Amino acid sequence: MKKNKLKLYLQILLSFMKIGVVTFGGGYAMIPIIENETSKRRKWISGEDLLDVVAISESTPGPIAICAATFIGYKVAGIIGAFMATLGVVLPSFVIIYFISIFLREFSTYDIVKYAFTGIRAGVLALIIKAVISMFKKAPQHILAYTIMAVAFALVVLFSTNVLVIILSSAVIGIVASIIARKRGKELK
Amino acid sequence: MTYLILFLEFFKIGAFTFGGGYAMIPFIQETVAKHNWMTTAELVDFIAVSESTPGAFAVNISTYVGSQVGGFFGAVCATTGVVLPAFLIILIIAKIYDKFKNSKTVKGAMFGLKSVVVGLIAATVISIATEVFFVNGFTASVFTTSSFWFSLVVFAIMLFLLLYKKLSPVIIVVLSATLGIVAGYTGII
Repeated sequence: MKKNKLKLYLQILLSFMKIGVVTFGGGYAMIPIIENETSKRRKWISGEDLLDVVAISESTPGPIAICAATFIGYKVAGIIGAFMATLGVVLPSFVIIYFISIFLREFSTYDIVKYAFTGIRAGVLALIIKAVISMFKKAPQHILAYTIMAVAFALVVLFSTNVLVIILSSAVIGIVASIIARKRGKELK
Repeated sequence: MTYLILFLEFFKIGAFTFGGGYAMIPFIQETVAKHNWMTTAELVDFIAVSESTPGAFAVNISTYVGSQVGGFFGAVCATTGVVLPAFLIILIIAKIYDKFKNSKTVKGAMFGLKSVVVGLIAATVISIATEVFFVNGFTASVFTTSSFWFSLVVFAIMLFLLLYKKLSPVIIVVLSATLGIVAGYTGII
């Protein structure tokens, strides 16, 4: 019995290490890989439950990969399972980035690296604009939502307002607005 | 003390950013600027590194900043900080998740949060664009420099490839690096 448990913990650790190694860019890119490993291959979680995991990860703070790993690990093998899954998904990038961080400063004085990053910075700007567009598509299409976007944008650009204050205020506004909408017999979407 | 600050700052980032990935950048940018841990240019460079290496963005950047500021243990503290809130919150939610999923308050808060993140990251676009195009200040002479036009062309090509050709971020990073290297050695920039 005990040996079986140990084996399961180890399996969880290794499965999530694999997920951590093969996903580039993080976020939603990880979901098909998580599905493949935990649902199709290991049968730890059903496809439908996995959809719930994604929905929950979206509505809780923190990286999606960490939320999903903790949730699935917990469902499969309790708190130790959650710990193993989270450790597994973090470990590969921790090791890789730790070594990169040692070398990046060294290399950053090389001409070739400087030139490469001059190009890369322009490319990253395009990546972030793409992210804005896809987040806009996922955001509520509602006059209040547009107002929140515009006000948050203006507060940061013009007044350098604290980001945490803006985030928390938006949650409060959303909650209050949904209560008002319900009192009027409508649903805020 | 450095370790504690790293842990607490990244704990805050982990606890108050929703949706993961690029949604975390505005808060991270504010934090690293406040402590002089990273310039905007370094942050942009690191986004490219993170896109080209496995794992979640939040884990990658906390490992990187932690190791630059406080070596190996700095990396451990920052990464633990960013992971811990999601880990703890998911453990609680795993037990009550049907209630959580259908909560009207959570839905209301998500309305606000999904909207605000669009505004916040759009504000980040402004500061990154300033870094890419107007690194030496906003003057008319910028428009006569070849590096400005080079960045603009790379940016336009990459945005087109991302939006209309659906190329993956890794390929965008590699392509823009290549253009940068070619332009650098041919003396264009």
